[in-house]
Amino acid sequence: MSNDKEKTEYVSYLEHQGKYKGIFSWIFTMDHKRIGLLYLYAIVALFFVGAIMGLLMRIELIAPGETIMKPQTYNGIFTVHGIIMIFMVVIPGLSVVFGNFFLPILIGAKDVAFPKLNRFSWWIYIAGCILAVASQFMKDGPPDTGWSFYAPYSTSTGTNVIMATFAAFVLGFSSILTGLNFIVTIHQLRAPGMKFFNMPLFSWAIYATAWTQLLATPIVGITLLMLIAERLFGIGFFNPDLGGDPVLFEHLFWIYSHPAVYIMILPALGIITEIIPTFCQKKIYGYKAIALSSLAIAGVGFLVWGHHMFTSGMSNQARWFFSLLTFLVAVPSAIKVFNWLATMYKGSIDMKPPFLYALAFIFLFTIGGTTGLLLGSIATNVQVHDTSFVVAHFHYIIFGGMGFAFFGAIHYWLPKMYGRMYNMRIATIAWGIIFVGFNLLYFPQFIIGMQGMPRRYFDYLPQFQTGQVISTIGGFILIIGTVIMVYNLIKGARSGEPAPANPWHGSTLEWQIPSPPSLENFDEALAIKSNPYDYE
Amino acid sequence: MFSSASNFVHGVDKAFLIIGGFSIFFLVSFTIIMIYFVVKYNRKKHPKATQVKDNTWLEVTWTTLPVLLVIFMFYIGWEGFLPMRQVPKDAMEVDAIGKMWSWVFEYPGQKQADTLVVPIDKAVKVNLISRDVIHGFFVPAFRIKEDVVPGQTNFSWFIPGELGEFDLFCSAYCGVNHSYMSAIVKVVPQKEFDKWYAALPVKKKEDDNLGLKVIDKNGCTACHSLDGKSSVGPTFKGLYGSQREVTENGKTKTLTADSKYITNSIYDPNKDVVSGFPQGVMKSYKGIIKEEDIKLVEEYLKSLK
Repeated sequence: MSNDKEKTEYVSYLEHQGKYKGIFSWIFTMDHKRIGLLYLYAIVALFFVGAIMGLLMRIELIAPGETIMKPQTYNGIFTVHGIIMIFMVVIPGLSVVFGNFFLPILIGAKDVAFPKLNRFSWWIYIAGCILAVASQFMKDGPPDTGWSFYAPYSTSTGTNVIMATFAAFVLGFSSILTGLNFIVTIHQLRAPGMKFFNMPLFSWAIYATAWTQLLATPIVGITLLMLIAERLFGIGFFNPDLGGDPVLFEHLFWIYSHPAVYIMILPALGIITEIIPTFCQKKIYGYKAIALSSLAIAGVGFLVWGHHMFTSGMSNQARWFFSLLTFLVAVPSAIKVFNWLATMYKGSIDMKPPFLYALAFIFLFTIGGTTGLLLGSIATNVQVHDTSFVVAHFHYIIFGGMGFAFFGAIHYWLPKMYGRMYNMRIATIAWGIIFVGFNLLYFPQFIIGMQGMPRRYFDYLPQFQTGQVISTIGGFILIIGTVIMVYNLIKGARSGEPAPANPWHGSTLEWQIPSPPSLENFDEALAIKSNPYDYE
Repeated sequence: MFSSASNFVHGVDKAFLIIGGFSIFFLVSFTIIMIYFVVKYNRKKHPKATQVKDNTWLEVTWTTLPVLLVIFMFYIGWEGFLPMRQVPKDAMEVDAIGKMWSWVFEYPGQKQADTLVVPIDKAVKVNLISRDVIHGFFVPAFRIKEDVVPGQTNFSWFIPGELGEFDLFCSAYCGVNHSYMSAIVKVVPQKEFDKWYAALPVKKKEDDNLGLKVIDKNGCTACHSLDGKSSVGPTFKGLYGSQREVTENGKTKTLTADSKYITNSIYDPNKDVVSGFPQGVMKSYKGIIKEEDIKLVEEYLKSLK
């Protein structure tokens, strides 16, 4: 297909003139692609704010005692780092950026089912972000509870907890509405001839994620309202002095926040499943197993929240039940890895940056997943719970998993989104720096965690210092790599070589339309394959 | 092979070894397979992919085997954990009381210490009591951890098997000085323990001062010392009637610490913050400390010259 010839006939969504001009053509847009880009810019900006906070923590921890800040400042910073990264970057992350941009295209639709609701979700998201950022600067000081807001500390500290929890409550609505929108889109707007089992697997992952968003988010919403009610009106839900139960808060919080981990990681698994077949030029191995394992992860993921509370004084029955289910949820994730490896077998492998991120993802996700087994096993959980082991495990899954998938996705789809190509060599170098920095940053935290270094510690005993120093050095390397990567991508998007419609020889629908796509994506009738990864 | 610091080390470290071993096995296998495929099927050498059909038996195998494997790993973890919940009847009972940000250990006979001294080879049951928020009782060398939750009494227990001093950390985040809420577990021979225990003074009869009781009950001394030391907040010693330089909205002014000032500082603590101390650390005690109790606190503060 000749791209140049088509350019004369179509207008890309980036240049399309609608009712509004200039900046308003973005703020009031209902185009799923433009909304995806708006989320992308907000999330990248917030990611750097959170990353700088992480770096400040690493500098503070380079030596025992006070290094650059007071304990109260440190506690505020790790709380705000968590709130920004969890509620504004990783939970929406892949869904709102790549889900918005590519879900409709992958299933052959012109837009999501409810474009106005989509625009409204974006506005709510921005409102929530403003509230959350404002809570950091208001008079009483930034919240200092940790992102988990455990009661009764959160109901008794003097800091700005109400504003921060209300922000999370507002962000929750954006998440619920986006989930709803995607579910209806997948059910109603698939192109004629595309059945559920003809969809690309990223759509399956988004589908499973969307159900989790829709069903789990209301629980954290009401929990945060209960917390606010306890603070404002002294209603005793959680504080035992008022007749409440602090462990109830933990249960309610994790009933949402564990499935939330799958909201973060499922789309990432979906993206890796798109990247691997393209760069191996091979049909994905075990299509049905991968599709159904997404649903299995989402389903069983609802029933494992208690593994965050093995030391809270739960009954023995609850402890073994949650531990067993936690182990079982590892199986569908393992199946995906087996299928990815089998897809590489006898492929024709092209080591381009998106594929490098996919390889790094498998490595890091395996470390994150298997250390999850050590956390799911009760005997070992008792030792490493609430230590830096958990911090390392979580960052391996969320940053090494979701983050690397995000980086992979942007390298994979940027030519489609902007119609331009980035510099491959710089992208590969940045990938190498990020991979090395990441492992230096987080791996030592597994070791000092097993030795007993508790998390959320402003100060620590000298025996943990070696690990802390290596970790801080890794933090600097990681951020340098990330800056190079982002610089290269921005430069590519603005002034890179024009990208062809299908630079990677992909087989899914987004590669059969021009780069960048037109406003309604599909100007010609499209052919639906029974297997979206058919390379024969 | 394993340390004998406590009776749980063996079970826990065995689980670490077995589960960690499988983890490393999978990580290394996946990595080797990836590298092998990437080299062998590189596009330069292998320009055309060979499409492979799905094999149901292969998929069933790599689903069933992991299920069996994870059930086995679950069992190893459960086996290592269960003894932690089975306390022998003859265990010595000690209450570990956590409050922001220190530990107190209460032995039978109303005796208190700030170090957890225990005799070697003898079972010790630790009842976990919190005076304010959630804390965590964590002794890494013993492989034990249990949350200290207000309103419920959790427990932990162990048989120490090595003489020496071991770190005890607070593992659940509890506020500004969370990382300083540590203590020592000291394991000594039985004879030495008996001597130490006999010499331990009986807890002083609770002070009859009603104002001090209000202060204790609300945990004020976590941040405000009674002996003149500066802590998270200003000391209570010599407070009443003194001149205070406070900051309100960035402006400093001087106030006399009178009755009205003390009530304000308890009900609206972030309005006039003494210069040099952070804002937002203290919550309002409106509705928690009654006005008549504030009067008692005032009377006590007057006596604290």
